[in-house]
Amino acid sequence: MTETPISTAEVLGNFVQALSTGRIEVIDLTQTLTPEFPQIALPPEMGQCWPFRIEEVSRYDERGPGWYWNNFSCGEHTGTHFDAPIHWISGRDLPNNSVDTIPVQHFVAPACVIDCSEQAKLDHDYLMTVADIERFEAIHGRIPKGAWVLMRTDWSQRLDPEAYQNFDETGQHTPGPSAEAARFLVEQRDVLGFGSEAIGTDAGQGYHLRPPYPCHYYMHGAGRYGLQCLSKLDRLPPTGAVLICPPLKIERGSGSPLRVLALVERRA
Amino acid sequence: MTTPLIRPKRKNPVLRTRQMNLPPSGRGRVALGLTAAAAEGRFELQACADCGAVQYPPREACCKCLSVRLRWREQPGEGTLLSTTTLHHSNDLFFRERLPWRLGLVHLDAGPTLMVHLHGEVGDEPGPVRVGARLDRAGQAVLIGYPKNGGAHMADDTMLREMTSDPKFRKVLVTDGKTEVGQAIVRALVKAGADIVWVGHAEPWKKLGGLEDISALPQVTLVPLDLTNGRSVTELAGEIGGKVDIVINNAEVHRTFGIGARRGTDAAKAEMDINYFGLLRLAQEFGPALKGRSADGATGATAWVNLLSIYALANFPPHGTFSASKAAAHSLAQCLRAEMRPAGIRVVNVFPGPIDDEWNQHVPPPKLASGTLANAIVKALRDGIEDVYPGDVAQEWLERWRDNPKVLERELAAGGT
Repeated sequence: MTETPISTAEVLGNFVQALSTGRIEVIDLTQTLTPEFPQIALPPEMGQCWPFRIEEVSRYDERGPGWYWNNFSCGEHTGTHFDAPIHWISGRDLPNNSVDTIPVQHFVAPACVIDCSEQAKLDHDYLMTVADIERFEAIHGRIPKGAWVLMRTDWSQRLDPEAYQNFDETGQHTPGPSAEAARFLVEQRDVLGFGSEAIGTDAGQGYHLRPPYPCHYYMHGAGRYGLQCLSKLDRLPPTGAVLICPPLKIERGSGSPLRVLALVERRA
Repeated sequence: MTTPLIRPKRKNPVLRTRQMNLPPSGRGRVALGLTAAAAEGRFELQACADCGAVQYPPREACCKCLSVRLRWREQPGEGTLLSTTTLHHSNDLFFRERLPWRLGLVHLDAGPTLMVHLHGEVGDEPGPVRVGARLDRAGQAVLIGYPKNGGAHMADDTMLREMTSDPKFRKVLVTDGKTEVGQAIVRALVKAGADIVWVGHAEPWKKLGGLEDISALPQVTLVPLDLTNGRSVTELAGEIGGKVDIVINNAEVHRTFGIGARRGTDAAKAEMDINYFGLLRLAQEFGPALKGRSADGATGATAWVNLLSIYALANFPPHGTFSASKAAAHSLAQCLRAEMRPAGIRVVNVFPGPIDDEWNQHVPPPKLASGTLANAIVKALRDGIEDVYPGDVAQEWLERWRDNPKVLERELAAGGT
């Protein structure tokens, strides 16, 4: 089959038409920013990420009779957010490692979704293995270079913040990738980044892995990205979805809250 | 014997909630010396440094020798009741609503003769009586004649309850139940007969221990409350604001940094966000509700307690930003006191020295035990005290600060405590 050159307008025109007919569905993978949504918790003597806080400036009242608006505050890593390589010490000297300098092409990219929801249901500390990845590839094909790998755990369905954080006296218990899996994705599959439904890309007990927080260490050390606090990964197909996830353009920003959208093609 | 207070019946919801009319509150500058002492629970009168005469009412000069060298001196208050009067009529709105009201004429052993409000256990016959000073609902010092030996329920006296904020049968909000201090306060309130204790807890995913034990008490209801989150404060005030009689704001963030020991402002901001802005958020939401119910029967809204710190008076450089946040909170608490005054709600400021907790781990003893602090708060509510300096360290700092704030500043800067 010979390729017929088509104009840019034609590609985008088809795209717009597919959107309008519902052939391409847009799915919001973002948690709503609310003061109740938990933030990552570090030991109290360390610096802390601000939770999301919001305060009215005015609401059609004496502070501003005709308009409603708010001020809000949060950290770069509050709510559904993007991790840039500069976030981790292993990625601190890489070029284009902060949210303002990352090539924007990376903000639109395909995603593979590896379903670990059954395992995470049984084991809150579940670590996704290389075997899980290979099993996925046996069915859905090899993970393409430059794709996001999203670990579906259905953890975002834990609406109660206490269940979402899942702390006990030994710390947090949430699923994530094993050190070997994180390294495999970076070195063997050249992925764009790793995304999780839990509060971090690393498991809750990730500090006790070798190296500590392996997903952060390997991904950011190789200039790859992270997405966390994603939701509704159960609505995505294993392959074929395209993520749109541009973080805020913060100068030397290590990350940013963002809206994550997935484009999914439906059968005609 | 005073009849013990019985649990008041539920309020009839079709009746208008009675509003506060304050007792007469005008006082001259000199007379405020009596109030300043009563605010800390002491009965003081002017004593002449030249002739030794003790006088009442307060004046600019000695009534015996005209010397102006007058000093406020604590009085034992021993005296003899000369006569009593029972008011059955008054044109003053406060007393008119609380008749009959008993007054007595007392000759103090120290010299002066005074008019006092009489405790119900003091009979009409002339005899020994003890005089003390209390703040009334207007926040001004008044004199009270107590029985020489009070009965077990003397705190339940109708007149006395108008002057105090006893937690008995009252509904209390404690803003942070996750600390040892918060849990000790809850226990002390339950022991004091509080009807309901709402206990705030922020960040429910952080398990700090002790909260389960508290929540097992039948009087206790846990409520989500995060003073850094305006919406959380608003929501709780919407739910229970109209029922809370006493707010005890013990939520605090304490970090142990001066200026140079920590880069950035994040720790200092966290302190300010709870210690100062938290109080502001709480006061904006719960203040109006309390003011509206300050004359609502025998167990109406009555008091607001702020857990400050003795470091609010003078900066303790090793805990420099914490000190600054408490100084800010102290200043705001004075504003709150002024704004709550017209409704007769008492604002109690508590200035402890170092509390025996993890943030004072490096501070050598003596340190204040949480139970001691909790008991001091309940005692202040019962005794109608406005400024509380619990423990030896707080008392010593207060004394040194009063003696010479500049000297204390230098001592603290040199690392001395």
